[in-house]
Amino acid sequence: MNSTAVAAAGTGHMKLRATAGDHVAAIAIALVALLLVAFLALPLLAIGLQALQDNQGRFVWLRNFVAYAQTPALLESLWNSLWVSALVTLLAVPTAFAFAYALTRSRMRFKSLFRGITLIPLLAPSLLSAISLIYWFGNQGLLKSSLTALGIEQIYGAPGIVIAEWFAVFPHALMILVTALTAADGRLYEAADALGTSRLRRFWTITLPGAKYGLISASLVVFTLVITDFGIPKVIGGNFNVLATDVFKLVIGQQDFQRGAVVALLLLAPAVLTFAVDHFVARKQTAMLSARAVPYRPRRSTLRDRLLTAYCVVIAALMLAMLGMAVFASFASFWPYNLTPSLRHYTMGLFDAEVGEGFLNSLRMAAGTAFFGTALVFVGAYLLEKTRVPGPLGSAVRLLALLPMAVPGLVLGLGYIFFFNEPSNPLHGLYHTMTLLTLCSIVHFYTTGHLTAVTALKSLDAEFEAVSASLKVPFYKTFWRVTLPICTQALVDIARYFFVNAMTTISAVVFLYSPETKVASIAILNLDEAGETGAAAACAILIFAASAVATLLFWLLSMFIAKRTQAWKA
Amino acid sequence: MSTFLELRGIRKTFGSFTALENVDLDVDRGEFVCFLGPSGCGKTTLLRIIAGLEAQTAGRITQGGRDVSLLPPAQRDYGIVFQSYALFPNLTVADNVAYGLVNRKVPRAQARARVSELLKLVGLPGSEDKYPAQLSGGQQQRIAIARALATSPGLLLLDEPLSALDAIVRVHLRGEIRSLQRKLGVTTIMVTHDQEEALSVADRIVVMNHGRIEQVGSPMQVYREPASPFVADFVGRINVVPAIAEAANRVRIGPTSFACTHDAAPGAAVKVYLRPEDVLARPIAPGDDNVFDATIDKVEFLGSYCLVRVSSPALGEHKLTVYLSLNFLAEHALEVGGQLPLRLLPERMRLFV
Repeated sequence: MNSTAVAAAGTGHMKLRATAGDHVAAIAIALVALLLVAFLALPLLAIGLQALQDNQGRFVWLRNFVAYAQTPALLESLWNSLWVSALVTLLAVPTAFAFAYALTRSRMRFKSLFRGITLIPLLAPSLLSAISLIYWFGNQGLLKSSLTALGIEQIYGAPGIVIAEWFAVFPHALMILVTALTAADGRLYEAADALGTSRLRRFWTITLPGAKYGLISASLVVFTLVITDFGIPKVIGGNFNVLATDVFKLVIGQQDFQRGAVVALLLLAPAVLTFAVDHFVARKQTAMLSARAVPYRPRRSTLRDRLLTAYCVVIAALMLAMLGMAVFASFASFWPYNLTPSLRHYTMGLFDAEVGEGFLNSLRMAAGTAFFGTALVFVGAYLLEKTRVPGPLGSAVRLLALLPMAVPGLVLGLGYIFFFNEPSNPLHGLYHTMTLLTLCSIVHFYTTGHLTAVTALKSLDAEFEAVSASLKVPFYKTFWRVTLPICTQALVDIARYFFVNAMTTISAVVFLYSPETKVASIAILNLDEAGETGAAAACAILIFAASAVATLLFWLLSMFIAKRTQAWKA
Repeated sequence: MSTFLELRGIRKTFGSFTALENVDLDVDRGEFVCFLGPSGCGKTTLLRIIAGLEAQTAGRITQGGRDVSLLPPAQRDYGIVFQSYALFPNLTVADNVAYGLVNRKVPRAQARARVSELLKLVGLPGSEDKYPAQLSGGQQQRIAIARALATSPGLLLLDEPLSALDAIVRVHLRGEIRSLQRKLGVTTIMVTHDQEEALSVADRIVVMNHGRIEQVGSPMQVYREPASPFVADFVGRINVVPAIAEAANRVRIGPTSFACTHDAAPGAAVKVYLRPEDVLARPIAPGDDNVFDATIDKVEFLGSYCLVRVSSPALGEHKLTVYLSLNFLAEHALEVGGQLPLRLLPERMRLFV
């Protein structure tokens, strides 16, 4: 136990003399705080400042916002973003709910296979589905005619964005809803049956209210993901402008940092709202399931299981069609005239367009993010949970650790430009470097890792540190000998999460790369813009393959750890 | 015996809440002391302050003649055992017990010998290579005790060590802790909310309530001569009957005047505290004072004896609970509605205002 902290708990109290260990802990948490301030708080602050200044750096207060509101084109983007995000939410949440229902409340077979297939979109950049859609329904698409038959003129624009986003967000909504539906109390259903309740009424009065918070949370998450996504509208949006593409055009195209900052703040709003509501909802959700609840076990029902299986087959087939088309197109010699398989796009992309370099950069960045991110997140969480660091510093780090969840990658990336591109900033030298890209990815995905680490640490006995102190063993020895070995599974999970997300992310890094530090996901955008859609597809597939292999390796690692630790996990 | 641990004016506040108010306490070398009280009374906070896991707001702690008030846990001299055992799950029993030894650079062979010696002491010889999860709760707590004792600390702190165990294991282990403590002579403080546990193992009991010490005394003193209504109520079962103090060591309950030693002012409204076993059904000799005829209202069967609720015109509207043995009830063919003479032991009646 850390005694500086103990003493600081009440000001004006007696303080225990600090030990060497206390100093180590205090310095370590101060370093974590410093990192989060420099690479999260200050960049965000820089956006706020930009939004309130003119291009000469003079304070103009809300004049940028007024100017924004008077630009019809930008307002149209705002409206586009809103209705497209709302529409995707309305499509994705019910379809994901039905899928989650099938996974949790039926006796359907092949559940883990279905679950696995829906995870595909998580392993590739979100724009993979956009590229696939172009091959299916684009100007030279396979099923272009069926699209026109439906009365949709072309896939570019809102239709493409909505469908592609539906694919991209589906697994996110599914994960939340599966969690919500798993947390069911079987006794409620038994009580309903004992009272002779009809199935429909049971669904409306028990199942749906039970998943209420999951539905709210899934809706908010989907809405935020869509409104802040950059890759899909960039690839398939055509002339259909949304906020995310506006930011890019304003900042990179027109160098209009002020209005870019205004739009970024608009994007921050739904994310912050989601975060706040989600936080509130999570508390309610845990309270709903008492410790004495009996897990729900679905009963046999052939009709229900058949219907749900059919539904899951359709969804899984669509997912596979998305991935399959990208794979197929990446090997097609010359779409749509010569479909014989070749490695042309891979060789062309990898060597001619220097994607090979980008791919290596991606691997380097993902590995760095996984390694340093996991170390930082875990040490930070450990210090917060187990060493009772000085009050105000602890609260500050806790808040900063949760903040990234509420910051879209695009906004974070923009903050990095404003902050690190400023020549007077002593950290200016980091701009465009691999270090900054890695740090940006770590911060971007910090919260999920942090929460995983906190959960793992909270499940440990709270008195390990007290026992160690009484045995005169410094806290870092116990951290090394006990805490870390017990938490290896959580560490692997955090590392995998960091790796896959760093591999597939576009939104934050799109503002930060230089020709030397271009990563593969950015290369896809550039190839697509250059009309090299085949090479773009090849590149997206490479990222997917790397993520899949990494996931498999991490899985093998956790199997290995499970086997090693089996002895003491009775 | 000499004083080993000295607490002077210990105060602890959390914001506006006062957890401990001016606690003074002396613990003798080799003594077994229990902190007893309801949850939230401050007993665990006091233990944690002694351990240096919390800092007191004010006050001084001296241990073995050394002022430890401001020392962090690692610079104090104690072993501690928690309710949750807090065994390191990824380390074997031997590694757990040797955890503090390794850090003191005790040679490997010597540490191994010490571990096996301790395991023998706590009744688990040969369990060196097992992991905590392979042991029962009671066994795990023994290992935790062995680990706490490994470095031969001058003070053993036990924070509700038995609360997580089954009733039978609990009774068994508390006896073992007591004999272990006797054998080693280590000064021991145990926190508990279980009065039976405290009464059975402690040399002295510190009864606490609302952050204050209500009474410090031997188990017999605390039980027989509670210093306050709270102690009387909290430790064991007791009858509480409103009464009026009278002159010449008498007290009036309802319409009847009873003999009773007291120093209350005549005419004062008081409460008489009297344990059920101090209301006698036998032996009653002719001419004994404080005898009255009672009627049985209710009998609660508790095994070898019964808890009997009685009323009597002599007590007015007040009722008493008495213990009567099963044999006694059978012998006199007593059941609900039956009548019997009872006697209030004058020297056991305690008056509180």
